[in-house]
This record gives sequence, structure tokens and C-alpha cells, in this order.
Amino acid sequence: METLDGNALAGLLAEVFGGEMTSTVVTCQTCGFTAAIAETVVYSRLPGAIVRCRNCTGLLMVITQIRGVNCVDMLGMA
Amino acid sequence: MEGTAVQRRLTWKVATVAAVTRETPSVRTIELAVPDWPGHRAGQHLDVRLTAEDGYTAERSYSIASAPGEPVVITVERLKDGEVSPYLTEELRVGDQLELRGPVGGYFVWEATDTEPLLLVAGGSGIVPLRAILRQRQRSGSNVPVRLLYSSRTLPDVIYRDELDAYDDGISVSYTLTRAQPPGWTGYAGRVNSALLAEVAWPADKEPLAYICGPTSFVEAVAEGLVGLGYQPGQVKTERFGASGGR
Repeated sequence: METLDGNALAGLLAEVFGGEMTSTVVTCQTCGFTAAIAETVVYSRLPGAIVRCRNCTGLLMVITQIRGVNCVDMLGMA
Repeated sequence: MEGTAVQRRLTWKVATVAAVTRETPSVRTIELAVPDWPGHRAGQHLDVRLTAEDGYTAERSYSIASAPGEPVVITVERLKDGEVSPYLTEELRVGDQLELRGPVGGYFVWEATDTEPLLLVAGGSGIVPLRAILRQRQRSGSNVPVRLLYSSRTLPDVIYRDELDAYDDGISVSYTLTRAQPPGWTGYAGRVNSALLAEVAWPADKEPLAYICGPTSFVEAVAEGLVGLGYQPGQVKTERFGASGGR
């Protein structure tokens, strides 16, 4: 499956968080790797998106869109 | 709250197609008239949303190809089995309306106040946000020296070729053609590798700022090559798109 990077989520994240988020630096809870959200691995051909760490592929964030509502689970960010 | 910047809510707007230009057989540039466009920065994106008659929607993010202050322009490559790009590159006509929101993104952005030498590396349609950066450099009167390395399959696949070839004055443009080279070709041939980067890229001690945009595998290879040349991660900004993705 083709992946994008966090740049492609700029619109969705702005919708969810109310502002530009892709420059925000996050730390992966699995491996400790630190990078801007723009650098993460993104699977976005879903109703929502899955965001993974570029270093260890650990799960960082899941955004699920259900009937126009965004559910955000930031389960892998330290 | 006092002292807090008022955040502009990101909303979908209906834009009107003002002009279309064929760049290559599979690539088209679309100029959009967007009501209340708040202005953008070089390297930012916008999201396009298409809605089918049955209500099914598809959204894609596209890099803005124009400089801040210019009309909003996107350049779109038609992708095989794409849901959005075939419509944008084949069907859309001047006067048609298109739903979009933006500008979005703040990472892969260059400001005219940045003073570092610029290294721009593009793979295929990855040239689009880098073109916005180049145009912004010209419009702003910035004199930062620029080296652009642009990898394409063949010469006819090069987007914005006339515009890029017209640059001089501090901007050096190098092409590498990966699939076929025309007779008498004096540019580079083959994929971007460490040897080519060592020849074209600024030495790390010049403290350059690098922007790489292209397919994921291309960006990974170039970023790794630059780190091998001594570039620090903070000096290298990347933007990747999949073969089935937008931009």
C-alpha cells in the first residue's frame, strides 16, 4: 500500500486541532524517535488516516471519520 | 482571549477554474479564482474535494504551484486508477467550480527572509512546491543562491521546462533523466545517487537548506544521500507522495 507523509494531513489536522500541526514535533512512544508530524508515515486512503513512526513504524495516531465526526486516538505519542 | 491570534477556521470553499494549461501529456496546471483567499506561503498545499452524484467524496492534497501574491495555481499529474487526478487533468474546464480548502501546511515552506543557500531536489511532479519557492525567491528579490536538481523519466516529462530554463542569476538548474535521454543530451542520466548529489548539492559546510519533494522512495534515497554528505536532519525538509496519491 502506498504511503504518504504527514504533509498530506495538514488539512485534516487543521480541521481537528484548529491550526497548523504538521511542524509540531512528536516523539514515538515505541522507539523514542523524534520528528515533525510532516515526516511521519501516513496511510490516508481511508475514512481518516493512520500515522506511523518513520523510524520503527510504531503506531502514533489514528484518525477515524464516522458520519462526519473525527475521532482522534493519539495512542503512540510520548 | 486577549493576546491570542484569532484562528481562521478552515472551511471548504467553491473556487472557479480561471485557466488551464497543458504542461505534459499527463500534467495540467489549473489556475483557480478562490473567494476570500487569505494568501499562502511558498510550499503550502490546498485540499481538493470531489463529490459524486451518490454523495461519495474523495479528498486530495495538492501543492500550490504559485508564489504568495500570485493567483492560486495547482499543477496536477494524472495517475493511473486515480480517483481525483483524471478528472482534474482531463475533464475540468475553465468556468467549472471546484471545492477546496486551504492554504494548509507549514512544514515544507520557504520564507523569503531565509538566508541559507537553497538546495531543491525534485522527483517528477515533486517540482510543484519547489516552483512556488523559486517564484517566491524572484518576486521577493531574495538573492539566496539556489541549486535545483530535477529528476524526470524523459525530457518531455519535465514540467515548467521553459520557465526553469529561463532562470539564471543565482539559480542553477540541473536535470537528470532516468529512462531515456535525447540525442546530444548534456544533462545527467540515471537516478539521483550519492555521486550525483556530491556533484550538485551544496557542501554541508555552506549550511544550506534542502527541500526534497517526490515519490516516497525517491525522497528517502535523496535524504539519505544528503545525510551521507553531512547534512543535518534539521536542514533537510521532505515531502513525499505515493504513486496513488495526490500532488
